[in-house]
Amino acid sequence: MLIKREFETVEMPINVGPQHPSTHGVLRLVMTLDGEQIVKVDPVIGYLHRAVEKLSENLRYQNIPHLFDRLDYVSAFNNEWPLAMAQERLLGLEVPPRGEYLRVILCELNRIASHFLFFGAFGHDAGTATSWMYGFRERERIQRLFEMVSGYRMMHDFVVPGGVREDVPEEFVPALRALLPVLWQGLGDCNNLLTENEVLVTRTRDIGVITGEEAISYGLSGPSLRASGVREDLRLTEPYSVYPDLDFDVVLGQHGDSYDRYWVRMQEVAQSLRIVEQALDRLPGGLVCTPGLPKYPKLLKLPVGETYARAENPRGEFGVYLISTGGDRPYRLKIRAPSFCNLMALPRLMEGHYLADAIMILGSLDVVMGEVDR
Amino acid sequence: MDLLVTLAVLTLQIVLLFNVVMFIVLALVWLERKVLGRVHQRMGPMRVGPHGTLQSLADGIKLLLKEDLAPSSAERFAFLLAPLLVFAPSFLVFVAIPFTRDIVVRNLALGLVYFVAVSSLSTVGMVLAGWSSSNKYALIGAARTAAQLISYEIPLVLVVLSVAMLGGTLDLRGLVESQGQAGPYVLWQPLGALIFIMAALAEVFRPPFDIPVAESEVLGGPMIEYSGMRWGLFFMAEYGNAFAFSALFVLLFLGGWQGPLLPPILWFLLKTSAVILVFFWMRAAMPRLRIDQLMGFAWEVLLPFAFLNLFLTGVVQLYRWPLWSLSLLSLTGLLALGYVVERGRVTWRRSPSLAS
Repeated sequence: MLIKREFETVEMPINVGPQHPSTHGVLRLVMTLDGEQIVKVDPVIGYLHRAVEKLSENLRYQNIPHLFDRLDYVSAFNNEWPLAMAQERLLGLEVPPRGEYLRVILCELNRIASHFLFFGAFGHDAGTATSWMYGFRERERIQRLFEMVSGYRMMHDFVVPGGVREDVPEEFVPALRALLPVLWQGLGDCNNLLTENEVLVTRTRDIGVITGEEAISYGLSGPSLRASGVREDLRLTEPYSVYPDLDFDVVLGQHGDSYDRYWVRMQEVAQSLRIVEQALDRLPGGLVCTPGLPKYPKLLKLPVGETYARAENPRGEFGVYLISTGGDRPYRLKIRAPSFCNLMALPRLMEGHYLADAIMILGSLDVVMGEVDR
Repeated sequence: MDLLVTLAVLTLQIVLLFNVVMFIVLALVWLERKVLGRVHQRMGPMRVGPHGTLQSLADGIKLLLKEDLAPSSAERFAFLLAPLLVFAPSFLVFVAIPFTRDIVVRNLALGLVYFVAVSSLSTVGMVLAGWSSSNKYALIGAARTAAQLISYEIPLVLVVLSVAMLGGTLDLRGLVESQGQAGPYVLWQPLGALIFIMAALAEVFRPPFDIPVAESEVLGGPMIEYSGMRWGLFFMAEYGNAFAFSALFVLLFLGGWQGPLLPPILWFLLKTSAVILVFFWMRAAMPRLRIDQLMGFAWEVLLPFAFLNLFLTGVVQLYRWPLWSLSLLSLTGLLALGYVVERGRVTWRRSPSLAS
C-alpha cells in the first residue's frame, strides 16, 4: 500500500545577530527564511546607542570630538572634520593651508585604512581568513603613523576648529613617503588575492543589485552609491578644503551589485593614495591652526546661527547640523551618519537572496554600528 | 583460549590504530595552523613547545577538561550520540588504508567499496547533530551537509570506479601494485584525479566547500551547540577524514607507497602530506561558494565529467588501446572542464529569484 503523506513547509523566523560574527558589530537581523531563501528581513538597531547627539548638547565644543571619534571608530579623522567645519563656518574662520593639507593627508590615509579593513572583513565574510590578515597588515602600518601624529591609534581628537591640534612631528613626512610604495604594494597583494578571484566573483556578482535611481531614493551615499553608477562624491561635486587643487578620479561601478561595491572601494584606495602623494608633494609650511585661537580653547563660544557641514567619509556623506544659540554648548547637534542611511536599503537588497548572500550584501555595504546607533 | 588471544590482538590493534589516528590528527592541526600562519604572514602557534609543536596537545587537554554542555531543549540522547556517529566512520576507514604493503590493519578484498561506504556514513551523525541541537543554524547546517555529501558522493564514486576499472581490482593493495607496472594513474587519468580532489574537498568540508560549517553564515553548522570533547570529536573526525581522503588519493592516483630510495612508509607519508598541503592551500586562498552554486557545480559540471571519465576509461579498456591514448583523452576532457568553468555562464552561476 502506498502511503501518501502531505508535508507542510513553513517559513522559519531566524535571528541573525546581535551576536553573530558577520553582522559587523551588534546589528540584529530578524529574518524569515523559506528554506535558505530570505522572504523578509527586519534590521533591528540600537544595541550600541550612546546618545551622542543628546550628550553633545551638554558638552562644551572642545569636548564633543571625543564622542565623534567613537561614531565611525575606524575613520576617526574623517568624523572630526565635518564638526570642525561646522564650527569654522559659524565663526567665519579660515584654515591655514598647512592645516588643510594635513587634514586631507590624514583623512585620506584614514580612508585607505578603513577600506583595507573593509577588504579584510568582506573576505572574511566570504570565507577566507587570509584577506583579514592582509587587510589588517596594511591598516596597521597606517595606524602607526596615526599614533605618531596624534598619540592615539584610533581616537585621535586631532582636528580642531581652525586647523589641526598641533603640527606633525618631523619624522612624519619621511615616514609617510617611505610608506606609500609599501601601501601600493599591499593594495596589489590584496587585489591579487580577491579581486579577480573566481569564487568571490561568483558569490557577489548580481547579488544585492540596486539601480542608481533607487539608491538615491534610499539615501545611499559614498562607495555604495557610486557602485550603482551615480557620480556623487562630495570631494568633487561640492568641493571643500584643498580637494579642487588635487587630481583624482571618481570611481564608478556599473551594476550596483555587491561585487561593484567591493570593487569601487578597492579602486578608491588607489585614488586616495594618489591624493596623499600629491598632497604630500604640495605640503606647505607655516601654521597648522588659525592664530588667535588658543590650542585648546577653554571657552569656545559660537555666534548665534545654524549650519550644515558635510564631507565625504569612507562610508559616504557624513553631515553635521549644528544650531548655536550663542553659548559654549550647541543647542542642537544632528549627525547624518552614512552607515545609518546605507543600512536603510538592506531589506530591499536582501529580499529573495539566500542566507549566505545576506552576509555578503551586509558586508558590501560596509556599515559601522557605532555610527548607525550613535 | 584462542578467542581470548584473538580478542587481545584485536584490542591491541584498535588501540594502536587509535593512537596513530590521534597522532595524525594532532600533527595535522598543528601543520595547518603553521601553514595558514605562514600564508597570513604571521607565525602560527609558537609558545607551547618548540615552534608550537605541543599546541594541539594542549588544546586537546583543554577540550577534555571543559564542561560537556547540552542545551536543555536538545534531544538529549541523539545529541550525545551524534559526535560518536561522526567520529566512528572516520576512524573505521583507517582499518582499510594500507600505509605500506605490510602496514595495514585489515587488507580487504573490497577495500575501495568499504572506504567509500563507511566514509559517507558520517552524514548520519552530522544530520543527527544538527537536528537534535534544536538550533536553527544547526538545522540549516545539517540540511546543507546532507545535500552536499549526497551530491558529491556520486562523482567521487564514479571516479573511484573508473580507477578500479583501470586496476582491475577493488583491493587497495592490488590497485597500488597495479600502478607499479602501469605508472601512477594520475598520468593516465588527470581528469579523474581533479574531480576526485574537488569531490574530496567537499566530502571533508574543506574550503572552498566548507559551506555546512561556514562560521560566517551558520556559525559552525551542526557543531554549534557542542562543547568540550564532543566538539573535539567533530574536529578529530574532520581532520581524520581529510587525512583519509588524501591517503586514498595517494593510493588511487599517486602510486601509494612506491618510490625510489626512501622506505615505503616515508613515501606514503610524504605524498599524503603533499596532498594535504593542497587542501590547506585551498583554505588559505579561496573564499566559500554558496550552497546552490556548489550543488549546481556538482550536478551540472562534475557529474557529467565524471561520467565522461568513466566512459573514456571503459572505451580504452574495451578496445585495448594503449594507456597513453587514455591520457590524451583525459587531458582533452580536462581542458573541456576548464573551458566550462572558465566560461562559467552555465546555470550554476545563475542568481536566484524568489520562488512564487
